[in-house]
Amino acid sequence: MKISTIFYCIRQGLKNIQRNKLFSLASIGTIVACIFLLGMFYSIIINVQHMVAQAEETVCITVFFDEGLTQDQIDEIGNVIRARSEVSKLEYTSAEQAWEAFKTEYFADNPELADGFKDDNPLANSANYQIYLKDISTQPAMVTYLQSVEGIRQVNRSEVVASTLSDFGKMVGYVSAAIIIILLAIAIFLISNTVTIGITVRREEIRIMKLIGATNSFIRAPFVIEGVLIGLIGAIIPIAILYFVYKNSVAYILSQFQIITGAFSFLPMGEVFAVMIPGALIIGAGIGLIGSSITIRKHLRV
Amino acid sequence: MITMENVSKSYTEGSLALNNVSLTIEKGEFVFIVGNSGSGKSTLIKLLLKEIEPTEGRIYVNGRNLNKLTRHKLPYLRRDIGVVFQDFRLLKDRNIYENIAFAQRVIGAPKRKIKTRVPEVLSLVGLSEKYRSFPTELSGGEQQRVAMARALINRPVIMLADEPTGNLDYKNSWEIMKLLEEINNRGTTVLVVTHNREIVDAMQKRVITMQKGVIISDEKRGGYSYEN
Repeated sequence: MKISTIFYCIRQGLKNIQRNKLFSLASIGTIVACIFLLGMFYSIIINVQHMVAQAEETVCITVFFDEGLTQDQIDEIGNVIRARSEVSKLEYTSAEQAWEAFKTEYFADNPELADGFKDDNPLANSANYQIYLKDISTQPAMVTYLQSVEGIRQVNRSEVVASTLSDFGKMVGYVSAAIIIILLAIAIFLISNTVTIGITVRREEIRIMKLIGATNSFIRAPFVIEGVLIGLIGAIIPIAILYFVYKNSVAYILSQFQIITGAFSFLPMGEVFAVMIPGALIIGAGIGLIGSSITIRKHLRV
Repeated sequence: MITMENVSKSYTEGSLALNNVSLTIEKGEFVFIVGNSGSGKSTLIKLLLKEIEPTEGRIYVNGRNLNKLTRHKLPYLRRDIGVVFQDFRLLKDRNIYENIAFAQRVIGAPKRKIKTRVPEVLSLVGLSEKYRSFPTELSGGEQQRVAMARALINRPVIMLADEPTGNLDYKNSWEIMKLLEEINNRGTTVLVVTHNREIVDAMQKRVITMQKGVIISDEKRGGYSYEN
């Protein structure tokens, strides 16, 4: 297709949108809603995943050893655990370190109270390994394994935290996927309707075009362009809205809920929108392309 | 230029709109096709434009075998054929210049060419002054001349006119026929489907008469022999 013909088809596509204002607006509105929700869920999911990853770093399994185990035996157990593929980090706390930490936490105001235990560490059997996992979902299997290791007396873990975090991430994902699929289907249906009306309005023109030798692509192009333009407009608007919503929401949450600020951090805007902008534009144009192509195939047999 | 070999067309089983029609039209001929409603004239035009497919037989137009012509190549056949209809089929939301330029745009002609060709054909059909008018502002005869200008702008080798004077008065009908004759004199093959007995008789061109899907007469310099 020549450049002048391409421009002609684009102008005709824009004219179609203008002639068909009400339906075009309805289609744009639906895509705006669809991509807005898509973007919102994406922001939530990606931040939840980010927070889960942060939380996973703090959730660990703690193992305590049988009484009377020598330091060499403890080191040997450490080497075996460290060698496992699901382990990301292993930290050792000796009985002395455990007592020191305990003292700092509970006797900070009255250190003299702790002095009575000076030569008799009450946490003598509290030497332990803190095992951090790469993927929190492997925790139950790891616990079962650790319980079977000789020399390990007790395995402590926070199962609730681990499963809640990964379940929450999954649930948000499923719900948003369902809503997005429904909205995408509605958007495609509406674009298809808009293009059908455009074709009906221009039936006579299309008939003349066929008779004077217009190619199929020339006749179809304005309708495809109409659909894609509606899709792109429907994508740009929610990106702009989401940009402000995200910026202000993060600022609001950080200022209002400082407990969250201490435990978690949000992903920076640049990182979220680097994926969201091209993603939204591709989805918008894709919805337009699919919607108009379905209609053209059905109503524009040339 | 046009050859039909044993062409039949049936829309519904059992009734034939065209029944075993064979004809040859040479390059540069001027041919009238006459006959009453249901004689198969419109079916013949539709077959030549490949708007419909024949049930049987072969059709050749300007060296192309229409039976084997793919959908992809169909637009190029139609660019060789200029068509005008009884109801003009102009785009009412565009002015005369735009209506004619439209035919060039759809085949991807460059702007420069459009700018020189549109005034040329407007002058040929005698409407140079009215290029800014809209179809509804013109008389029936003028609208038909615009339709002819649109059909001519792509320099077709064949001109098909389906009842071009059906909606026109005597004076305008003659003007359109004179124009068709002039186009024919410039080398274009012209095929006119008409009911206008007076014009057919006066012009003394080749006349093919159809009745119930069959050619009943084909005269080199004939008149309107069919009685309604």
